[in-house]
Amino acid sequence: MGRKEKGRSTFDLVQIQAKLEQAPEKRFWRGLEELAGTPEYRNFLQCEFPHDPRQDEKGVSRRDALKWMAASAALAGLTACTKLPTEKIVPYAQQRPENFVPGKPLFYATAMPLGGYATGLLVESHMGRPTKVEGNPSHPASLGAADVFAQASVLTLYDPDRAQVVIYDGRIGSWSTFLTSAEQYRADLLLRKGAGLRILTGTVTSPTLADQINSLLAQFPQAKWHQHEPCNRDSTREGAKLAFGEYVSTVYHFDQADVVVSLDADFLGSGPGALRHAHDFSERRRVTSPQSSMNRLYVVESTPTITGAMADHRLPLRAGDVEAFARALAEGLGVKTGAVAAAVPARVPPDWIPALVRDLEKHRGACIIVAGEQQPPVVHALAHAINDVLASAGKTVTYTGPVEANPVNQSTSLGELVADIQAGQVDTLVILGVNPVYSAPADVHFVQNLLKVRTRIHLSLYDDETAELCHWHVPEAHYLEAWSDARAYDGTVSILQPLISPLYDGKSAHEVLAVLAGQEGLSGHDIVRDYWQRQKPAAGFEAFWQRSLNDGVVAGTALPAKPVKLSGTFATQAAKVGGSQGAGMEIVLRLDPTVWDGSFANNGWLQELPKPLTKLTWDNAALVSPATALKLGVTNGDVLKLRSREQEVDAPVWITPGHADDSLTVHLGYGRRRAGRVGTGVGFNAYKLCASERPWVSRVEVQKTGKNYQLVTTQHHHIMGKEGEEVEEESVAARQRSLVRVATLEKFRQEPDFAREEGGEKAPSLYPGYKYDGNAWGMAIDLNSCIGCNACVVACQSENNIPVVGKDQVARGREMHWIRVDTYFHGGLQNPETYNEVVLCMQCENAPCEYVCPVAATVHSPEGLNEMIYNRCVGTRYCSNNCPYKVRRFNFYLYADWKTPSLEPLRNPDVTVRSRGVMEKCTYCVQRINAAKIAAEKEDREVGDGEIVTACQQTCPTQAIVFGNINDPNSRVAKLKAQSRNYGLLTDLNTRPRTTYLAKLRNPNPEIKE
Amino acid sequence: MSPDGLEKTAVEARPPVLAPGHTYASITDKISSIVLLQKTKRGWWFGFAVAFTLFMVLNFAVGYLMLMGVGIWGINIPIAWGFAIVNFVWWIGIGHAGTLISAFLLLMRQAWRQSINRFAEAMTLFAVASAGMFPLLHMGRPWLFYWLMPYPDTMGTWPQFRSPLVWDVFAVSTYGTISLLFWFVGLLPDLATLRDRASNRLAQITYGFLAMGWRGSARHWQRYEMAYLLLAGLATPLVVSVHTVVSFDFTIAVVPGWHSTIFPPYFVAGAIYSGFAMVLTLAIPLRQFYGLEDFITLRHLENMAKILLATGLIVAYGYVMETFMAFYSGSTYDRSMIMNRMTGPYAPVYWLLITGNIAIPLTALWSAKIRRNVAALFVISLIVQMGMWLERFVIVVTSLHRDFMPSAWGMYYPTIWDWATFAGSIGLFLTLFFLFIRFLPMISIFEMRGLVHQVKEEKA
Repeated sequence: MGRKEKGRSTFDLVQIQAKLEQAPEKRFWRGLEELAGTPEYRNFLQCEFPHDPRQDEKGVSRRDALKWMAASAALAGLTACTKLPTEKIVPYAQQRPENFVPGKPLFYATAMPLGGYATGLLVESHMGRPTKVEGNPSHPASLGAADVFAQASVLTLYDPDRAQVVIYDGRIGSWSTFLTSAEQYRADLLLRKGAGLRILTGTVTSPTLADQINSLLAQFPQAKWHQHEPCNRDSTREGAKLAFGEYVSTVYHFDQADVVVSLDADFLGSGPGALRHAHDFSERRRVTSPQSSMNRLYVVESTPTITGAMADHRLPLRAGDVEAFARALAEGLGVKTGAVAAAVPARVPPDWIPALVRDLEKHRGACIIVAGEQQPPVVHALAHAINDVLASAGKTVTYTGPVEANPVNQSTSLGELVADIQAGQVDTLVILGVNPVYSAPADVHFVQNLLKVRTRIHLSLYDDETAELCHWHVPEAHYLEAWSDARAYDGTVSILQPLISPLYDGKSAHEVLAVLAGQEGLSGHDIVRDYWQRQKPAAGFEAFWQRSLNDGVVAGTALPAKPVKLSGTFATQAAKVGGSQGAGMEIVLRLDPTVWDGSFANNGWLQELPKPLTKLTWDNAALVSPATALKLGVTNGDVLKLRSREQEVDAPVWITPGHADDSLTVHLGYGRRRAGRVGTGVGFNAYKLCASERPWVSRVEVQKTGKNYQLVTTQHHHIMGKEGEEVEEESVAARQRSLVRVATLEKFRQEPDFAREEGGEKAPSLYPGYKYDGNAWGMAIDLNSCIGCNACVVACQSENNIPVVGKDQVARGREMHWIRVDTYFHGGLQNPETYNEVVLCMQCENAPCEYVCPVAATVHSPEGLNEMIYNRCVGTRYCSNNCPYKVRRFNFYLYADWKTPSLEPLRNPDVTVRSRGVMEKCTYCVQRINAAKIAAEKEDREVGDGEIVTACQQTCPTQAIVFGNINDPNSRVAKLKAQSRNYGLLTDLNTRPRTTYLAKLRNPNPEIKE
Repeated sequence: MSPDGLEKTAVEARPPVLAPGHTYASITDKISSIVLLQKTKRGWWFGFAVAFTLFMVLNFAVGYLMLMGVGIWGINIPIAWGFAIVNFVWWIGIGHAGTLISAFLLLMRQAWRQSINRFAEAMTLFAVASAGMFPLLHMGRPWLFYWLMPYPDTMGTWPQFRSPLVWDVFAVSTYGTISLLFWFVGLLPDLATLRDRASNRLAQITYGFLAMGWRGSARHWQRYEMAYLLLAGLATPLVVSVHTVVSFDFTIAVVPGWHSTIFPPYFVAGAIYSGFAMVLTLAIPLRQFYGLEDFITLRHLENMAKILLATGLIVAYGYVMETFMAFYSGSTYDRSMIMNRMTGPYAPVYWLLITGNIAIPLTALWSAKIRRNVAALFVISLIVQMGMWLERFVIVVTSLHRDFMPSAWGMYYPTIWDWATFAGSIGLFLTLFFLFIRFLPMISIFEMRGLVHQVKEEKA
C-alpha cells in the first residue's frame, strides 16, 4: 500500500482525461493507477502476475534479438566447412598410349592353365593392372564363362606371400647367381650327355614347353622327363588305353545327348572342359514352354557332387561298387566284359538297371556314359565300350589324339623317378611348377629320396614345402605375368599373354628351361613366338600372331576327331583288371572344389568360398552319410582317426545327406605346411592316404578319438521337409517348399502354372505404385540351369572388392559374400533330392530395408535399384534385420585389407572399398550399369539388351542368370519373366522383388519308382 | 501396525504413508543429516566400490569397442541386434516407473508418492543415461550419431523420418531432457535447505550455486508449483509415448515376432512392470540401511507390489495374445516363430522368462502377506527385472535368429564384451545412484513436510 500512497502524487489528471478521450473504443478501467500507466503500477502488476502475457506485446527486445542471433550463428556453425586443398594440382594432359583412356578398363585375351589344361579368359585391366578375370566367349572351354579358380587367380597374382626372391640354400640369392651356377651345371651335364638330369613337371599341354623339353632332351640324351600332377588323370588315360589300345582324349558333346549316365563323374564341376560340359548340358535343360524337351541325367556316385544334385536319378553307391554297377550295366546293354556275370551291388534297387538299359536303348546314338576320375581304368573302359555299343561314339562322344604333349602314366612316372634316385642315377632334379613334397603319394617316399639328389632346382609360385627342401628356388611368374601357351580340353591352343610385368621378377618354366638349354637371356615372349614362327609360314605370321593374341585362341588348333576302335582284347583285359572292393569302410579322396589340389591354399577367396552342398569353409572334413555317422556314433565335428595304407590322419566328420553308406570322402589340398599366411595349417593333409596304385579309393580303418574340432559352414538348415527323416516344424517345411519350387517335366506339361503364387504377385497397397519410366532393371535366375558351381560367388567377390573375413568370423556368421548359393534337400536323408538356389539382393520395389534406415543410406533409384550409400551408412543394421532374404552384409570389423600394398592394385577402382561399421550388399553391379549408360548416352541411344552384364551373369557357365531391362518386352530377362515358371521369393510380404526365379524341373524316368 | 486411531477406519488397517510422530523439523533433520552430518558409511563405500569397478569395466569395454568395432560382440547376420538393443529397451523401461511415480501420481494427487518420488526420479534419470548410451554404442560408426538428428547440413541431407530409429532419437532425447528438468526443478527447495544447513564452506557454495537463489518466497513457490505442474503434465504422456515409440522399432519391421500391433501397450506395461521392480529393489535396501522405515513405509511397498501385479497381468495378457494370434492369424511365419520360441534352441530362455515374469510374481503377489513381506518383495523385484530383461532378449534375438529364409538362419552367442557392457551399464547406473544418495536428499524434504501438514489436517 505504501507504494500506492507514494505513487499517487504523480497523477496527472489532465493527462488521464486526455488519454481516455483518445481511446478509440469504450474502455474499462480498474483504478486511476492503471489509467495513468505509472511505472509503479507496472511493477506491481509484474509482481502480482509474474507471467503476464501482455508483456510480450512490446515486440522483440535487444536481448532477444542478440539471443536469436547467437543461436542462429551456432546452428550455422554446425554445417561445418569444406576446405579446398591449397596445393596446386596438375591435370593429366600428357601424351598417352594408344587405346588408353584413364579410368577406362581394357580387356586382353589370355588363358589360365589348370592341371595343364587351358581355359580361355578375358582379363580386365585398369591402368595396366589386371583386376578381374572373365571368360572368353570365343574359347571352346570357356564360351564366356570362368570357374572359381580362374576368378580367384587374380588374387593369387597379388598374393603378398608369393615367392619374391631367388633362394639358394635357404638364403636370398639372385637370378644372376642362378644363371652362373646353371652354366656350370650345364657344362657338367653336357660332358655326361645329361646323365643324372631329371625334369619333373605337371601335366604339359603347352606346345612350346613340350618343344623346349624335347629339344633339351635332344641335347642331353640321357636326361629324362617325368610328370606328376597331384591329382593326375591316370584312370582316364589308362581307361582309354585299355579300351582302344592307345592314349586318346575323349570329347563329350552334352548338347547332343538325351540321356547321360555318370559313373561317379563330376563332369559339371571338375576336370578339363567342365565349364563347357556345364554349358552344353544346360542347353538341353532350357525349357521355354510345356512343349520343350529335356535331357535326363543318371548319376551313380559315392560323394554328393553338384553333378549328382542335377541328376534326375541319383544313386548313392560306394565308389568301390561302381565297377560292379558298370559291369552290370554293360552286360545289360550287351557289352562283353569277359568276366562272369557281375553281381549287382545290393544297394542298387532292382528296377534301376533294367529301366536304365531300356532308356539308353531308346536313345541310341544320343547317350553319354562318363566315368569319374576316382574310378579305376576298367570303369572308364567300360564306359567307352557302352558308348560304343550305343552308337554314341562319333556322335555324342568323339575321340581325338592326346591333348597332352606327352601322355604317360604319371604315377608310374613319379615311381620311376624315385627308383632312379634310389639307384643313384639322379644328381640334378629340376622341378617346374609342382610341389611333390606335399602332394606325392606316401608310398613313394618322395622326401627321403629327394634329399639324396645332389642338385635340386625348384620353380614355383610359392616358397612351399618343396622349395624348402631344394637348393635353388626360383619364384615363378604367374600366368598373368608370363608368356606361354596351352591347350584346352579339345586341343585348341591359346597363347597366354602377360597382363603385367612380373611383380616379383618371377620366371616362367620356359625361361628356366631356356637357361638349361643354354639359351639364357631369351625372354618368354621370344620363346613362345619363336616356336610359333617355326610352325607357321613366315608370310602372314604377324597377322596370325596378332589375331591369335587378340582372340585368345589359335584358330584351327582343335584336335581333329580320330576314329578309334574298341580293342579286340578289351573283354579279356577288362576281366583281368577288374576286382571290386570288398565290404568294410572305404575312403574316397577327391580334388577339393575350392582349393583344388592345394595350390590355391593361400587364396582367401577360395578358402572362404562355401563348398558346394556342404557349405563348409576353411577346412576339409571326412564326409559321411547320416547312416554311417549313426553307425560310427559320431556327429559333426567329431574327430576320427583314419588309417589307410599304413598311414594315419585325424579328420573331423561332416555328415552329408546323400553320401553313400560305409564310405567316407576326404578332399585333398589341405594341411599345407608352407602355403602362406592364409593357407598354412588349414585342415589336414589327405595326400598321406594316397598311394601310387589306385590312389583315390582304398579301404580305411576308422577309429573315434573323442576329440572335437570346429568346422564352420555358412548354411545350417537345408531340409525341405515332407517325408524327411529329420522332423521340422511343418510351417517351416511348407515355406521351404515355396522358396524352391520344383515339378517334374510331366507335371509341368499338365500344369504349366504350377509355380505361380496362389495370391498373385502383387498385393494391394494403400499407396499408388511408383511408375518406372525408362529402364527398370531386373534379373531372372533359371533354377533349371543353375548347377551351383559357385563361380558367381567368386566373380562377385572379385568385381565388388568383397573382403575375406576368416574362419573365426565365418563361424560367427559374418561372411561377406553378396551372392550365395543356398542348398536345400528334399526327401529322405539317405538320398535326398538336392536343390541349389542362388540368392542375391532381390532389389525389391517395396524394399523393407529402405524405410527403416534412419539416415537414408539405402534408397531407391528411379530405375528400381535398391541403392546402398556407404558413406552415409552409420551402421544401425536395422536394414539387415528387416531384409527377409538376409542378403545384406555388415563390416563388423575393418574387414577390408587397407594395409597390404600388394592388394591395392587388385581392387576394382569403380567400386568403393568399404570400411568398418558399414552395411553392404549386391548392387546389380551398378558400376557396370552406369558405365553402359554413360557409353549409351554419349552415342545418344538407349542401352541395348545384353549390353550390361553383371559379374555373376558373366561368369555363369550355364547362363542361368539373366539381367536386363524389364520395361523392354523384348529383352531376354523380360521374356524369361514372362514364362510360366517365373516366381519370386516371399512375394506374400509384398516386397515385389526384381530378382525372380524360374522353377526347377526334373525329368525322372517313369519306370523308376523312388 | 497402525496403533493410532487414524487408520482404523481404513480397510484391513493399512499401514500409514508416514509413521506417526513426525514434525517438520524432525523430517528435515532426518533426511538432511544423511547428506550433511552422518559420516559416510562403510557400507556405502563398499557398494560404491563395486559399482565404480563395474563402471570402469564399462569404460574399458567401450574403449575396446571404439577401437575394434561392434564385431567384438556376438551379433552377426541374421542377428544384427543383440545385447545393446536388449539393454537399451530394458533400461528405458526401468526409467518409466520413476516418471510414472513423480508425474502421473502427482497429477492423480496420490500423497504416498512423496516419499519415493525423489529417488525414483533419480533412478529414471540414471536409467535413461544407461539406456541412451546403447543405441550410440551399437552403431557401426558411433561418431556419426548426429546424422540421426535434423540439423542444417551443407549436403542438404536430413534424417529419414519414416525410420522408427529417428523417432527413438526424439523420444529418448525428449525423455532425457524432461526427466532431468523435472528432477532438478524438484530438487531446488531441498538444495536450498541443504545450503542453509551446511556448515562446510564448500558445501554451502556448491548447494548454493545449485539452489539457484531459492529463498522460498511466495513468488518462488508460485513459480515453482506452476513449473512443476507443467513439467508433470509434459512428463505424463511420456510414460506412455516413449516406450510406445521404442516398441515401434520392432513393430514397424516385417520380422515375425516383431511385426505386431500389441507391442505398444504391452511394452508400456512391461516398462512400468520392470520399473516398479527396480524401485522396490532400490527402496528396500535404502530404507533398511538409512533407517527410513518411517518415510518409506510398508504402505508404499504394498502399493508398489499392487502395481506390479496389475502391470504383470497386462504383460501376461500380451504373451497370451501373441501366442494366440500366431495360431489364429494362420500366418506360417508367426506360427513357426512362436513354435521356435517355445521349443527351439532358445526355449530355455523363453521358459525362464515366463517363470520370472508370470509364474512367480503373478502367483505370489496376490497374497497381502507377501506384499508386506520385505524380503519376499525384494526377491520378487529381482526376479521380475531378470524376467523383463529376458523378455527383451527373446523378442530381439529369437525373432531374428530364424526368420523367413531357413538358409539364412543363425545363432547368437553373447561374447565376454556383451556381458561386460551389460554389467558395466549396471555399474554406471549404480555409481550415479550411490553418488546421488550421498550428496543429495534421496527423499524430498519439502514434500514430506507437506505430507506432515496433510496428515495433520486429516487428523483434524
